[in-house]
Amino acid sequence: MSASAVFILDVKGKPLISRNYKGDVAMSKIEHFMPLLVQREEEGTLAPLLSHGQVHFLWIKHSNLYLVATTSKNANASLVYSFLYKTIEVFCEYFKELEEESIRDNFVIVYELLDELMDFGFPQTTDSKILQEYITQQSNKLETGKSRVPPTVTNAVSWRSEGIKYKKNEVFIDVIESVNLLVNANGSVLLSEIVGTIKLKVFLSGMPELRLGLNDRVLFELTGLSGSKNKSVELEDVKFHQCVRLSRFDNDRTISFIPPDGDFELMSYRLSTQVKPLIWIESVIEKFSHSRVEIMVKAKGQFKKQSVANGVEISVPVPSDADSPRFKTSVGSAKYVPERNVVIWSIKSFPGGKEYLMRAHFGLPSVEKEEVEGRPPIGVKFEIPYFTVSGIQVRYMKIIEKSGYQALPWVRYITQSGDYQLRTS
Amino acid sequence: MTDSKYFTTNKKAEIFELKAELNNEKKEKRKEAVKKVIAVITVGKDVSSVFPDIVNCMQTDNLKLKKLVYLYLMNYAKSQPDMAIIAVNSFVKDCEDPNLLIQALAVRTMGCIWVDKITEYLSEPLLKCLEDEHPYVRKTAAVCVAKLHDINAQMVEDQGFLDYLWGLIADSNPMVVANAVAALSEISESHPNSNLLNLNTQNINKLRTALNKGQIFMLDCLSNYNPKNDRKAQSICERVTPQLSHANSAVVLSVVKVLMKFLELLPKDSDYYNMLLKKLAPPLVTLMSGESEVQYASLRNINLIVQKRPEILKQEIKVFFVKYNDPIYVKLEKLDIRIHLASQANIAQVLAELKEYATEVNVDFVRKAVWATGRCAIKVEQSAEHCVSTLLDLIKTKVNYVVQEVIAVIRDIFRKYSNKYESIIATLCENLDSLDEPDARSAMIWILLESFLEGFHDENTQEQLTLLTLVQQMLTLATQDSDNPDLRERGYTYWALLSADPVTAKEVVLSEKPLISQETELIEPTALEELICHIGSLASVYHKPSNAFVEGSHGIHRKHLPIHHGSTDAGDSPVGTTTATNLEQPQVIPSQGDLLGSLLNLDLSLPINVPQVSSMQMGAVDLLGGGLDSLVGQSFIPSSVPATFAPSPTPAVVRSGLNDLFELSTGIGMAPGGYVAPKAVWLPAVKAKGLEISGTFTHRQGVGWILESSLTGVIPSTPLAIHTPLMPNQSIDVSLSLNTLGGCEKQYRCLLLQLPQPTQCAFVEGGKMEHQVFLATWKNIPNENELQFQIKECHLNADTVSSELQNNNVYTIAKRNVEGRDILYQSLKLTNGIWILAELRVQPGNPNYTLSRKCRAPEVSQYIYQVHNSILKN
Repeated sequence: MSASAVFILDVKGKPLISRNYKGDVAMSKIEHFMPLLVQREEEGTLAPLLSHGQVHFLWIKHSNLYLVATTSKNANASLVYSFLYKTIEVFCEYFKELEEESIRDNFVIVYELLDELMDFGFPQTTDSKILQEYITQQSNKLETGKSRVPPTVTNAVSWRSEGIKYKKNEVFIDVIESVNLLVNANGSVLLSEIVGTIKLKVFLSGMPELRLGLNDRVLFELTGLSGSKNKSVELEDVKFHQCVRLSRFDNDRTISFIPPDGDFELMSYRLSTQVKPLIWIESVIEKFSHSRVEIMVKAKGQFKKQSVANGVEISVPVPSDADSPRFKTSVGSAKYVPERNVVIWSIKSFPGGKEYLMRAHFGLPSVEKEEVEGRPPIGVKFEIPYFTVSGIQVRYMKIIEKSGYQALPWVRYITQSGDYQLRTS
Repeated sequence: MTDSKYFTTNKKAEIFELKAELNNEKKEKRKEAVKKVIAVITVGKDVSSVFPDIVNCMQTDNLKLKKLVYLYLMNYAKSQPDMAIIAVNSFVKDCEDPNLLIQALAVRTMGCIWVDKITEYLSEPLLKCLEDEHPYVRKTAAVCVAKLHDINAQMVEDQGFLDYLWGLIADSNPMVVANAVAALSEISESHPNSNLLNLNTQNINKLRTALNKGQIFMLDCLSNYNPKNDRKAQSICERVTPQLSHANSAVVLSVVKVLMKFLELLPKDSDYYNMLLKKLAPPLVTLMSGESEVQYASLRNINLIVQKRPEILKQEIKVFFVKYNDPIYVKLEKLDIRIHLASQANIAQVLAELKEYATEVNVDFVRKAVWATGRCAIKVEQSAEHCVSTLLDLIKTKVNYVVQEVIAVIRDIFRKYSNKYESIIATLCENLDSLDEPDARSAMIWILLESFLEGFHDENTQEQLTLLTLVQQMLTLATQDSDNPDLRERGYTYWALLSADPVTAKEVVLSEKPLISQETELIEPTALEELICHIGSLASVYHKPSNAFVEGSHGIHRKHLPIHHGSTDAGDSPVGTTTATNLEQPQVIPSQGDLLGSLLNLDLSLPINVPQVSSMQMGAVDLLGGGLDSLVGQSFIPSSVPATFAPSPTPAVVRSGLNDLFELSTGIGMAPGGYVAPKAVWLPAVKAKGLEISGTFTHRQGVGWILESSLTGVIPSTPLAIHTPLMPNQSIDVSLSLNTLGGCEKQYRCLLLQLPQPTQCAFVEGGKMEHQVFLATWKNIPNENELQFQIKECHLNADTVSSELQNNNVYTIAKRNVEGRDILYQSLKLTNGIWILAELRVQPGNPNYTLSRKCRAPEVSQYIYQVHNSILKN
């Protein structure tokens, strides 16, 4: 059991559009939502779950909109949140952006989608590719007869239509690893983890059966490949797209599936093996009250010399009342972004093993601000192509279709920054 | 071209325009008009007046238009049931449309019309659709069964719809299966007592085979199953474990729920058991990479899991590092979990982090960090010193709210480790001036006085008396000058104690304090077990049992974790039905000994021997048992207490003067003249080692249920709040904040009150029926539902009877005099919405009245008779 009704509210809490799914919570109850939210925010007790009497609001915020689900039952909270996020995803794919205007411009489709996404509080088809097969922007004239049927909705494989045809059968595999890092002010690493995703772009005809082989340690141990020269990776937690046969993976670590057509995320995994932070930052931020702030940042690429990190952006916090910035960098450029209270030091390409320096100088007003400011961390963004931190590799991708065509898999590796934070003192 | 133009024409004269356009000959025009109507609905204005015109547009071959028309019907059919009937034919026709989308749309919408008459027509097409060859239609029809059940449960059961649903679980299409399971579980939740969801082995096997099709609802269903033995439990665990790799966090949590439950059934120390524990950690950690709201819901659940099984995540404390950009609700939750996971092995790291957090800007977060530091001192004994020095470092920051919070937590540390850290009192005193918050001030007073009292024994009598005199002065101030009833009450209590027997009073004041322990912050075990059974749901996010916030969840069996019974066959049973074991006896289920100990902490627990009661699972508590009760008993037993209400002959069961005093303040606000059942002792003191609970129910205007309770020696610091109506034999969890007589701090615990409950309080105000309605209803109810009773020995006349009953929400609608007899026609309504009609015949001179009752649910009549009887007899 889940939501009774779903609302999309503007930033002031006025309903833009809503759908009553169960009729057991009066639609007018939504009036209490915004005052409640404001009140809880003032009290400092804001949470994504609010209640007014017997009505419970589960809400998320998307740009300037609130998506709110109401219920009076002991609903499945995580299910509702996932549903709301899924709803946003679907709307975004339909309207590019989800905002007040796009809802108004497309209200008929929004109603149609709301009708298909959920029924009586149970989430239904939330895959926008499938929805697009039968909910379209143009008003569709109906042909009579059973022909006009959303094919996928009726398939046993609900994520793939039958009769797909491509001239050239190809699969593109992207292995993307994000590094999450948290370092405290004295330089010790508190948390370091790798979150990897494998994304596929599938251009295959018919109903192909795919099997993906990774250098998975557990698999190697099962098949006796370990101990040989093959390097393997221990995946800590693996999540799969619904197309993957989970019990098969549980049994013999085989990743087998019939893929949806086009783009999708096949799997994600997590490793908490600690690796050397790829880009290491040392910083000195000296604040001389009433006069100036002096910042010195040293960045070091701690990855292989052959690799290069692209689009490196290091954001360093500065006090909100700082002024008259001056910078000096050994490479790249620095700029002050006052609306975010940071200096951003950008380096287009940063080869492994190199070390660069940036100095910044700010003035401070002679009258000090009263409110205390937090100490935001230094953040780093980067992308290193042709490289995975974990060492994960795609060993093979087998593609079998009854028509027997030959298909080519293409693999690309990339490592990028995830939530990469270094606390400042 | 966008649709936003439809919003621009909302002017005054629009209704007429719309009507005209809706009846336009051109299809295109009509379609535009319908869009406008929907746009008007969207902005929240009323367009119910165009209903007939909309119905005219129903016959269309345009799917989009049809959808909009149906949307309109859903919005207004309930308010205009007669008009909705016109639409029925179209619905029925569309249910057989060759186009799947229309067919499904019709079925889906009809179920959302919520008009009784429509549902009558719904059943036949629905049966067909359930067997339709297309899964899209079947999946929609499956949900529609749940909708139909919501409107007309009887029809669903009579026509065998449920069997159809069970059939659909074996369907080849995953969506159909998912919806069938969802519908079944929804139906069974709304009718907890009917055994609709018959979880027998056969059905469980069906669920198991369909497992990866309908994930969440399937898993939830499975979690309600109580396997016979550990082998069965293990085989289900094996089936669900792969689902931990599902990308959806809600699915993962549902799997965790099933596993947490069935872990209870597996033999500890078996390899499988330990492997399962290991498998649980990684997916829980991964939940932390979701969106903030998902993280929050997950963290609240993880909080429960670490309390139940800390071993699962004990290596993963690093995941709960607080990040700068985490929303505050995520930060606070992470902090809470960090405390649960703190141990000697990681305490240094935990404290370093906490110190870091204590210098953040968000005041709430900083306070929580300081508080957490204090908690660590209590939890990890070996590192208490480290924690205390961290706290002293924090005092040096001189940040006002940090200092105050530090002092408040140091009190708790003193309570745990008395005579160990007295040396720091001097440091604390330096900050005396900066304390302006009640909590910090009271903590400081406590710390200071406590250090005096430590040496009380060594003082001479004069000094002791000086202290007592001071106390007396305080009592005078508290009882005479204070406006706060709680304060006055407690003042009186002390006063009474002192004037009765100063020696005993001294003993009371000087008794050993029970130690504070880390467990006081934990959720009470039975409540925790119940919450574990609700992982993923709102209950698990609120940390409250569902009946505390869901209306009408009366009679829903509380869930609890299954109990390991080895491999013995105990037969299949849904978990729910095994729960009602303690319903018979009103009792307080204590959590843990020291919890109750600290509930009545400080001064009152005298080391007096109380007969051991083995049936109750209580730790080392002897609170008032022989102490206060006998003490009070000797001096204050008021003779006015009717002996009948103290069923237990033991001297400990005492309705003392204190109680009466206490009732004075809580008994305000009762409906004047209403019948209030006399207080009964629910929990005799002898059973609860001295804690006595008695009480009664009254019905107050607008509120529903109020529990009037008196607990000897325990004072609720807030009134007991039960906002939902209770039904007979229903139990409710009430969380009551209690103050002890001597304590200076609040203690929280959960009281599980399970009470037989009188019915008369179940009558609600507004149970007066219209004259005509009464007549019609009386005729409508079949005669076999009529029950006759005799009310004997009642000496009131008809008017008094009617006013007496009116006070209790039984309304007299008409009075007739037939052959010298007064006939009163009455109506009343129960809190659950059931109407009851009554005819009361009163013959002057004859003390025996005849009461005839009619009600659609005759089984309640019997209760009502008893209530009638008791109202009139009092």
